[in-house]
Amino acid sequence: MPIPRKDHHSWRKFKSAFISGLTFCSAVLVIAPLALVFLHVLKSGVGAINLEFFTHLPKPVGMAGGGMANAIVGTLELLALASVIGIPVGVLGGVFLAEYGTARVNAVLRFIADVLNGVPSIIWGVVVYGLIVLRFKSFSAYAGGLALALIMIPLILRTTEEVILLVPVGYREAALALGIARWKTIIQIVVKTASRGIITGILLALARVGGETAPLLFTAFGNRFWNHDLSEPIAALPLQIFTYAISPYDDWHRQAWAGALILVTGVFCVNVLVRIVTRVRTASA
Amino acid sequence: MSAITVEEAEAIRPAQARMSPPSRFGDKAFYWLTLSMAFVVVLLVILIGWELGQGSWQAVQKFGFRFLTASTWDPVAEEFGALPFIYGTAISSLVALLIAVPLSIATAVYLTELAPLWIRQPIVSLIEMLAAIPSVILGLWGIFVMIPWLRDHPFPFLERVLGWTPFFKGPIYGPCMLAGGIIVAIMILPIITSVSREILRSVPDLQREAAYALGATRWEVTRIAVLSYARKGLFGAVILGLGRALGETMAVTMVIGNTPQIAASLFKPGYTLASVIANEFTEATSDMYLQALFEIGLVLFGVTILVNLLAQLLLKTITGGAAPDRVQ
Repeated sequence: MPIPRKDHHSWRKFKSAFISGLTFCSAVLVIAPLALVFLHVLKSGVGAINLEFFTHLPKPVGMAGGGMANAIVGTLELLALASVIGIPVGVLGGVFLAEYGTARVNAVLRFIADVLNGVPSIIWGVVVYGLIVLRFKSFSAYAGGLALALIMIPLILRTTEEVILLVPVGYREAALALGIARWKTIIQIVVKTASRGIITGILLALARVGGETAPLLFTAFGNRFWNHDLSEPIAALPLQIFTYAISPYDDWHRQAWAGALILVTGVFCVNVLVRIVTRVRTASA
Repeated sequence: MSAITVEEAEAIRPAQARMSPPSRFGDKAFYWLTLSMAFVVVLLVILIGWELGQGSWQAVQKFGFRFLTASTWDPVAEEFGALPFIYGTAISSLVALLIAVPLSIATAVYLTELAPLWIRQPIVSLIEMLAAIPSVILGLWGIFVMIPWLRDHPFPFLERVLGWTPFFKGPIYGPCMLAGGIIVAIMILPIITSVSREILRSVPDLQREAAYALGATRWEVTRIAVLSYARKGLFGAVILGLGRALGETMAVTMVIGNTPQIAASLFKPGYTLASVIANEFTEATSDMYLQALFEIGLVLFGVTILVNLLAQLLLKTITGGAAPDRVQ
């Protein structure tokens, strides 16, 4: 019976094509809202941004102009503080997992790190509030930096481990055969070989925590003025955007969009950079 | 010929050979240094548990189990019940999953099975880039773009068509549970998509080839050989998305309306566990108020830990423990 079979076949082909179309539409729907956000930030942000935004402090309500210079610098200071704690801990921990740990210990540590990556960022804020702010009776840049560092640690640990495992065993054997101590082998040969991947992981972690608001709400707290004392509250770009976004003033809304543009640009630049770097590596390999 | 004694041998050995073996100190120190850094993650878990437990101890003692079942949240009378926040978190996450799961799994299927090869990598990169948009910026967009649009177009339509059910009963304010669910859905779309994609990619090609050899069409191959094989892993991806949804803070806080109430209608404003911490923590004037907020944190931490444990266990069996969290 050739005819019904043929009909059935074309029906199946049609179904396959139809579902392909449907999944394509899903992909468009996944991208669409995020792309719309990006385009809107670009449109509203470019209209609101000017040189003053980078050089001035926020103005009080009702006064036009002003900028977020202190918040931009504040975010950079917080990222620097977070790096001082987060990078060494994360990278050295990743080195342990890749170079020393036994299979069982590693499985447990990896599992914990993955679970920690799923802890809501606001919880880190609460923990650091209890740990630092309550003890020293003050919101501070230190507290904010620590909250961001704690988020970075499991992220960096995992990426570092993954890229170090990619370094061929032969490199280690060659170095050890020359009589180089193991720790020197690890630092000078293994970590150096994997350094590009490790830096990629660090940059992505920085881009991620640079946009975090929740853990800073009651640690760094925010500040309308310049602050060069790290034991005092400090301004941060995401915090300033949040404060301005929920305010009822049009002027402040415009400033929020300008701040959003800066933040998104920073995060995207890091992501593009990382993508270019990793593409060069895979192309040359 | 007489054999040389040990003393004689020592005497004629060249100077270099008499050096003591290289010190093991560097190796030992480096080992213990990296070991202690790796165990910081264990310390972090203890730290979270300790701080949240210590911060909420009096509230736990005072309210006991009632904290989870009472629905009064009255800082003035110092009566604290977390039920409205638990309800808000559960409903907004549920709405988010209902929207995000079909879309992201379909997208993952498209990207691994059905799309032309040249288009796959650009779309993957695009999704990963867009996933990097900070939550606060999504919230900003939610307030000024999404909510006005939802209020004017889809919401009235939903009310007209489904207004007879308790879930879509007006009036429509703008900030509401449904808006919160939608923004959370947007936030978790990329992570569910990219983890699902990893899962589908880990399905052996032999599975597909076998199905093709039987004369299956592209979709039939996907359904029979890929999706059924990857079912458990995809479930893990969904649970991981749920974990993110439960803890999502800034964007939700900005669009959900922040009103502690339990209402059937999704057009009513709500409140979530994470939002109440974000909004009220710095305003907590009394000790008990702060304690109650710490306890909210404890509840949120407990739930997300359980959900994440489950997700990791489900994913581990599929990908052999590879990091499922590639979205930054």
